[in-house]
Amino acid sequence: MPAALDIAGFSVLLLLVLAVAAPLFRPVRTLQITLVFSLAAVASLAAVVAGVMTVADGSVASAAMTLGLPGLPFHLRLDPLAGFFLVVIGLMGFFVSIYSIGYVKGYGGQRSMTQMICFYTLFLAGMLLVVLADDAYFFLVAWELMAAASYFLVMYEDEKGENRRAAFLYLLIAHVGALAILLAFGVMAGQSGRPVFDGYTFDAMRTAQLTPGWAAAAFFLAFFGFAAKAGVIPLHVWLPEAHPVAPSNISALMSGVMLKTSIYGICRFAFDFIKEFPWWWGGIVLVLGLISAVMGVLYALMQHDLKRLLAYHSVENIGIILIGLGLSMIFAAFHLPTLAALALVAALYHTLNHAVFKGLLFMGAGAVLHATHERNMEEMGGLIHRMPWTAPLFLVGCVSISALPPFNGFVSEWLTFQAFLLSPSLPHPLLKLLIPLGAAMLALTGALAAACFVKVFGVVFLGQWRGHQKRERIHEVGPSMRAGMLLASISCLLLGIFPTWVIGWLDTIPEQLCGGRLAESAGKFGWMWLTPIAHGRASYSGPMVFIGILAVVAVTWLLLHARATSSRRVPIWDCGFARLTPRMQYTASAFSMPIRRVLGFLFAVREQVEVVPHTNHPSLPGSLQYRLRIRDRFWNWLYVPQGDAAYWIARQVGKLQQGRIQIYLLYSFVTLIVLLVFLG
Amino acid sequence: MTHTFAAQLNSLLAALILLSAFALLAQRKIMGLVHIFAWQGLLLSLSTAVIGYASGEHHLYISSLLTLGMKVILLPYILYKLVHKLKIHRDIEAVVNVPTTMLLGIILVVFSYHLTAPIRELSNLMTRSTLAVALATIMLGMLMMVTRRHAVTQILGFLAMENGLFFAATSATYGMPMVVELGVALDLLIAAFIFGIFFFHINTTFESLDVEQMAKLKETD
Repeated sequence: MPAALDIAGFSVLLLLVLAVAAPLFRPVRTLQITLVFSLAAVASLAAVVAGVMTVADGSVASAAMTLGLPGLPFHLRLDPLAGFFLVVIGLMGFFVSIYSIGYVKGYGGQRSMTQMICFYTLFLAGMLLVVLADDAYFFLVAWELMAAASYFLVMYEDEKGENRRAAFLYLLIAHVGALAILLAFGVMAGQSGRPVFDGYTFDAMRTAQLTPGWAAAAFFLAFFGFAAKAGVIPLHVWLPEAHPVAPSNISALMSGVMLKTSIYGICRFAFDFIKEFPWWWGGIVLVLGLISAVMGVLYALMQHDLKRLLAYHSVENIGIILIGLGLSMIFAAFHLPTLAALALVAALYHTLNHAVFKGLLFMGAGAVLHATHERNMEEMGGLIHRMPWTAPLFLVGCVSISALPPFNGFVSEWLTFQAFLLSPSLPHPLLKLLIPLGAAMLALTGALAAACFVKVFGVVFLGQWRGHQKRERIHEVGPSMRAGMLLASISCLLLGIFPTWVIGWLDTIPEQLCGGRLAESAGKFGWMWLTPIAHGRASYSGPMVFIGILAVVAVTWLLLHARATSSRRVPIWDCGFARLTPRMQYTASAFSMPIRRVLGFLFAVREQVEVVPHTNHPSLPGSLQYRLRIRDRFWNWLYVPQGDAAYWIARQVGKLQQGRIQIYLLYSFVTLIVLLVFLG
Repeated sequence: MTHTFAAQLNSLLAALILLSAFALLAQRKIMGLVHIFAWQGLLLSLSTAVIGYASGEHHLYISSLLTLGMKVILLPYILYKLVHKLKIHRDIEAVVNVPTTMLLGIILVVFSYHLTAPIRELSNLMTRSTLAVALATIMLGMLMMVTRRHAVTQILGFLAMENGLFFAATSATYGMPMVVELGVALDLLIAAFIFGIFFFHINTTFESLDVEQMAKLKETD
């Protein structure tokens, strides 16, 4: 049996080889796509195997490579935390690679596939290397590889101005974040007390003795950098721009997996490098998580663009993960290892779950886009009849993200709630009071997310077709796309039904990071029952709920279909109107109207109603036009002033450039004189 | 010729160089400027020879000859040709008028003396008192570049600055190493050729050698 690190290394190497070899197959297009994406799926699977093995036995393996600069070799390390993220990346890489075979072929002959394939494999390899890297230098190289590859993937359809703008915004924020991470590493390395260049390894950072001030500086710089990548509010603006314009398989990877690498980074910094921190660090993480969760879902509710909506849901879910992490940090700061373990497991579990169901949803959105060539939900409807596979698979994703049992989203959010409800055991009165408020906000988030996905599924798949093109031209997607979505749906279900096994498997991570274990108490009553802390407090049985739901559904179905006459198909009841048209349906904006009315002050909403009078009878309205524009307030609050300030400064500096030679000469002359006066 | 005499002679030459620098500021005709520049080169050449004789650094004779060849004969000749070819005999315009320029020049000379005072205290070379003049010549050359509008005057200002630098080198350390001096002389020659080419281009593009015209090249917003 080869070592886990070797398998992971093989996986990365295979991806890099694919990136180099892909152009060779260029003449045979179908072969190129099928071969490369199949092999990418194999490589992803290898990463999953390596990760599962490492997490299961809690082993730590490290290696120094001969690559890198002289005297600064690259270091690799595979510990359970890295292993877990290998699983997240590999699992989604596997599903999405299978899905991509069909999706990418759908682009037809009009553009080069090689670009997509090369950057796709580089992107996967970059993400794997980020979690494998064991020194700041290699980490940043991998981080930038990931960012650059994804930039080119967002730019894939670069003839559209919208795409170029989104990609630039993404690159800009990614680089500001990378700069902050670089500074954080600099602080850690500088304070590690080692000779100049030895501080760059993560080992040196683990043993560094930091003063509280420097530790806070390092952590918050890193947190800022990772938050920019994760899309934590207010650094989220690139997400709803970049995700919709990227090809859907890329959106699935970016949203499902790439954002998670920043969760990995935050875990690494907080629990592995710094270890001892005051509780307010966790408090800040928690508050930002709460804001991201609530604002993310509210913004998502307002969207009509399917992929944009999903992008805002990524903001929400990153918020939920950060809530878990923040709680875990608070518990760890008060030396409550079991509770810290619970919150950390909740966060990591949600990381895995979000990767799977968000990947599934983006793949579903891609399938819809592939079939209808439409992103606007108001132009869809009734797709369940035309896409009998995609619709139920998408529904699985919707139910999962809405945190409803028996799927996986429920388990991790439930665990987060359990962590919240245990906060009264904290020895700090203020926190005891405030944290339950957070629980209430998390509950609100869940409810709003459910409302949002009722809207998505209802408007896109139910009702009647609203689009311009002929409904008959819409076809179900091909087998590989269905396979990718089906596998992700099955994962959603399994992760939801057997949480006890997953937690037992995850147990080595909290043990190494915060010294607490969970599996013993969580699995006390066998795999049927999940009892995170004590069975008297709370328990959940995934299998029982699943069987119950299955039973109810089966009985209902039987009752409906037992006799052939028990159900009849008749025309839709038209409420007495003579003729029903698709335009009479409930629309997406109508669905979110009540929430827009109540919470409208949080958005920059502009509504316009225009009445065009009837041509024959001017007193009668002929037609009504309704325009709705919702903008992100953060854009105007934070980004526009910064951009304006930069332009203003540039314009002022530009005045130096007079265009007259004498003035330029005068500058050097005056400089010379001033220097002579002051230094002479 | 005794050392004191050589030093006095050198001081006289330095004074004349400074005078020629002021003359460059005051002159309004382009041909006049070229002549004054040639005179300044001659004075510089003489001064170098005197220092070479007095200090026993005989390689300074070569420098002196080079200066004579370059700055008294070759460069003025090139400029003379240029002026004739481009037909630019008319008066040159100044951004700042001549009396003000002269006043500014006087301030710069005082400033130079003030700056070099500590060096005069430390040095024991016989040429130490002329360092201030060298620095003043550099600054006056630069002042000329800043205050004149015509491209040819800018070049003359630049060349005057180079004269000042050369003079500073001889008066501060009895000249630069030979290799450096040869290199500088060659650079100067090449610079003159490049200027000549640029003049033609500027003249054909803007139909004038007034550098104010070049403000048109600025991006407007």
